[in-house]
Amino acid sequence: MSDEKMSAEKMSDEKLVGIVLVSHSAQVAASVAELAKALAGGATAVPVAPAGGTEGGELGTSAELIAAAAASVDRGAGVAVLTDLGSAVLTVKALLAEGDELPAQSRLVDCPFVEGAVAAVVTAATGADLDAVAAAASEAYSYRKV
Amino acid sequence: MLDADFFRRWMTVTAASVDREAERLTALDSPIGDADHGSNLQRGFTAVTAALEKEAPDTPGAILILAGRQLISTVGGASGPLYGTLLRRTGKALGDAAEVDRAQLADALRAGVDAVMTLGGAAPGDKTMIDALVPAVDALGESFGAARNAAEHGALATIPLQARKGRASYLGERSIGHQDPGATSSALLIAGLAEAADE
Repeated sequence: MSDEKMSAEKMSDEKLVGIVLVSHSAQVAASVAELAKALAGGATAVPVAPAGGTEGGELGTSAELIAAAAASVDRGAGVAVLTDLGSAVLTVKALLAEGDELPAQSRLVDCPFVEGAVAAVVTAATGADLDAVAAAASEAYSYRKV
Repeated sequence: MLDADFFRRWMTVTAASVDREAERLTALDSPIGDADHGSNLQRGFTAVTAALEKEAPDTPGAILILAGRQLISTVGGASGPLYGTLLRRTGKALGDAAEVDRAQLADALRAGVDAVMTLGGAAPGDKTMIDALVPAVDALGESFGAARNAAEHGALATIPLQARKGRASYLGERSIGHQDPGATSSALLIAGLAEAADE
């Protein structure tokens, strides 16, 4: 186990942390992903996947879409999962509690959705590890606007 | 003793009562929620009965774990992970026993309710499903009928409460005077137990 962890840390220099954006709305998730990548400048190498709405295209949360998005951004350096509210938060927590539904080293990050997404993508683009990406996203709570 | 047939029956009769009461659940969810509780649970329990027919798990624990997994996958609202966690954790606590007694079910259900409280952060009195489930589990030691009555009473007792969790909590004092939809559907789930036991 500790060997695995050590090699994962070494690998984080080369492998980028993946980011999943979970919203009740497919458009919100996709737009925030686009915004965060654009604001990160040349950060397009960061794997970012939106998981918005239900599989039927309605407002809501889909465990399947979340699991598929997380698998698609997993490069072996961990996956940061950012959510809007309510069932998005609860569904990710329930999937993490299942154990095998999300890639190893997936983490629900406590952060504001838009600001956290920008901070996470910018930080991940530097090759930072999952701890640093999660810390940067959470820190977005402290940026006051007035 | 309660065997796999009992647990299958529990899920089937609950699916039927959710079907029957879907409009009422959604109506309760209109003034203090987003008016989708009935249709969400209907979709979830329809998937549960379909999966139970297809995969035919043969122990009480396996039946509840499969049912919970279906709810997490298909509901699309907060009730999915909450009810999914309730049934999965209860199922896991039952282990792989072929039969369990009512006291073992009460213990397992208590573990499930504890997991729901951890997941959602709700405590008794917050105007949530917990307000029906906790008194039901407490009464289950006595009988299935007592658990059903306790859950129904708990759901009604949410009317004067102010919501402290979920979407209804944004309404503050305006949530007072409405029966909580989640507590109401939890009472249906517990009534399903009593119906499956023919009490």
